[in-house]
Amino acid sequence: MKADIRVALVGNPNTGKSTLFNALTGLNQKIGNFPGVTVEKKIGYSQLPDGRKAEIVDLPGTYSLYPKSKDESIVFSVLAEKESELAPDLIVVILDATNLKRNLLLYTQVADLKIPVIIALNMIDLAKKSEIIIDIDLLAKKLGVPVVPVSARKLEGIAELKTAISFANKFALQQESIDVNAIAPDLIESISREINTDNPYFALQLAHQHENLAFLTPAESDRIEELEKEHSFHSQKAQATETIARYSYINDVLYDTVTTPVTAHDESHSNKIDKILTHKVFGFIIFLGILLFMFQAIFSWSAYPMSLIEEFFVLIQGGLRNILPAGPLTNLLIDGVVAGLSGVMVFIPQIAILFAFISILEDTGYMSRVTFMMDKIMRKVGLNGKSVVPLIGGFACAVPSIMSTRTIENWKDRMITIMVTPLVTCSARLPVYTLLIALVVPNRNVWWLFNLQGLALTGMYLLSLVSAIVVAYVMKYILKSRERGYFIMELPVYRMPRWNNVLFSMYERAKTFVLEAGKVIIAVSIILWVLSSYAPGNRFEKIEQKYQQPQYTKTIKHNELNRIVSSEKLENSYAGVLGHVIEPVIKPLGFDWKIGIALITSFAAREVFVGTMATIYSVDGDADRIESVQEKMRNAKDLHGQPVFTLAVAFSLMMFYAFAMQCASTIAVVYRETKDWRWPAAQFVYMTVLAYAAAFISYNLLK
Amino acid sequence: MTLSQLEVGEIGIVKEFTDLEMSVKLMEMGCLPGEEIKVSRIAPLGDPIAIHVSGYQLSLRKFEASTIILQ
Repeated sequence: MKADIRVALVGNPNTGKSTLFNALTGLNQKIGNFPGVTVEKKIGYSQLPDGRKAEIVDLPGTYSLYPKSKDESIVFSVLAEKESELAPDLIVVILDATNLKRNLLLYTQVADLKIPVIIALNMIDLAKKSEIIIDIDLLAKKLGVPVVPVSARKLEGIAELKTAISFANKFALQQESIDVNAIAPDLIESISREINTDNPYFALQLAHQHENLAFLTPAESDRIEELEKEHSFHSQKAQATETIARYSYINDVLYDTVTTPVTAHDESHSNKIDKILTHKVFGFIIFLGILLFMFQAIFSWSAYPMSLIEEFFVLIQGGLRNILPAGPLTNLLIDGVVAGLSGVMVFIPQIAILFAFISILEDTGYMSRVTFMMDKIMRKVGLNGKSVVPLIGGFACAVPSIMSTRTIENWKDRMITIMVTPLVTCSARLPVYTLLIALVVPNRNVWWLFNLQGLALTGMYLLSLVSAIVVAYVMKYILKSRERGYFIMELPVYRMPRWNNVLFSMYERAKTFVLEAGKVIIAVSIILWVLSSYAPGNRFEKIEQKYQQPQYTKTIKHNELNRIVSSEKLENSYAGVLGHVIEPVIKPLGFDWKIGIALITSFAAREVFVGTMATIYSVDGDADRIESVQEKMRNAKDLHGQPVFTLAVAFSLMMFYAFAMQCASTIAVVYRETKDWRWPAAQFVYMTVLAYAAAFISYNLLK
Repeated sequence: MTLSQLEVGEIGIVKEFTDLEMSVKLMEMGCLPGEEIKVSRIAPLGDPIAIHVSGYQLSLRKFEASTIILQ
């Protein structure tokens, strides 16, 4: 889509930036990554009243152009790089009308880059409610830029903002804010000459940030470094001077444009809620209660849609089998592709519900209170209050959770969070656990109230949290860091969640999951199907010839013979050979070569286990009898006629799945986030070792 | 007197900072010399604290609060 004007959306966190973005673009948006980094890039399109089309880029929320976290570092480079395909023609700065002073700091920095700017004065309705009086015309006059009052939540002022965008100047007309040159006069002059820019603030920003800017050549960056040394430039002192100067300018701007009542209504209202939600006792009880409710909801609300999806795919499989001619291609389509698809689709309800909860908790402002309450405990084990969000998210899926660690500014805290998040029981382990628990744990109640199977599942979830905390505690002593951790965080006022955003996040996350995980699972299903349907050399022909001999056809019943043939074929197929290769290693854990195949395929994604079991035992079993995977596994016998899935084997398997790093997507995302192969490698090794040890111990204890 | 020594509900005015690195971050968030700070609450486990400053609520650890010297 070609746009006539490119607009960048900039603002502090919690100013309603994404709501405004949604209001401007509707569903006409796409999500990608900024080039070279994994920071999420949201681009949308908006039709302007003059018929032109605007491309709107939503930049991560930040309090200043000096980045504190990975996400924030993208803002300056997008705004500053003139040749980039993202370089904006116009910047819309969103300001929270209820907190203009702090919001204007970012505005004055952005304005000094001398790109045309418009101010969207958001939450104007809340400001009125809190009796904050803003002289908008005077504010616009003093700053020299258009100021458009909007309420993104109520969709007020959106049309006016679009009009302002279409009438925006091609040249920056904003008033000078502070005397930038005074901060480091000689250095700014030398850099301006070196880089050939006439913007002193751009030159100053290069002095601060040149090490992290991709658009500078190494030679340019080195030259700036030299100049800094020459002029003995001290980055932090310069930042302090600049910030003080900016706030003094902001006070000048605000003193005759804004009148604030002594206490804002919203604040006191929020205070009352905080008294309960962060209470010494009730605070934790409510938090636990919300978590419990969330998990109950994830399991119980998703049960019905999940069974619908399963039934739907069973219907499709049956239908396809009737329509298509029998043959290897049809088998590949039905047992490989469709079975694999159904394995992915069935998770959609759980993922959507979990992300609905997370987005509600974040939107209302509750998540930052959880961070506030938990920081002290988390710090003790080497984490950070902000690690709570990825850890809770880990119950759904480690991939988005690891991406959400970008809000943790401290490197060591962030690395430890990334390393332990995959230990938390994610939704992909759930089908493995449910299947195995249903197999070996009796479905009855103890102490009238607790269901034994439910208790076993709860135990697995608790174990995952405990192991994450223990591993974090150990890593706290292994990782060395000179960087200081800090925790300076806004506690936004409580607000009702924006249901549009919640729905949008559910849709977006489910879509990403299906596309990302779907690719892996379908690929694995196809590979597995091929591996188990073909054998090296002419082994299959030999088996068929062997069982055509009269001593077999005469003495064994037809059905029984078929079963023996297909079972021997599986054992000799590529998959079977592979399973046999690793059998000696997994024997001490109680696993046979068939489970070995499932373990290998599960290293792509854990949920593949169920599908693999289905494939292996349907190849193995009697094709005429349709039974569930669970039935098939229950009836599986070893060479001595003993059941394969005993209590010891099932628990050993669960322990293995609890600890092992069996997820290609997680490994990929850890690499993307750390930019170093040693992190995912170390994670893979430590988790596999833990998994082996835990499985070995539990098998030998229960045997 | 530092910010970490204030009780809940008490008010102080920022005078200066003991730590340059921390001061840059705190000032960006609106904790400037001359600014009034009120301690709104302390986290259930005694750390971090929540303060009211320049029209909004900010949370910071006790250690960070101890780098803010009050008038």
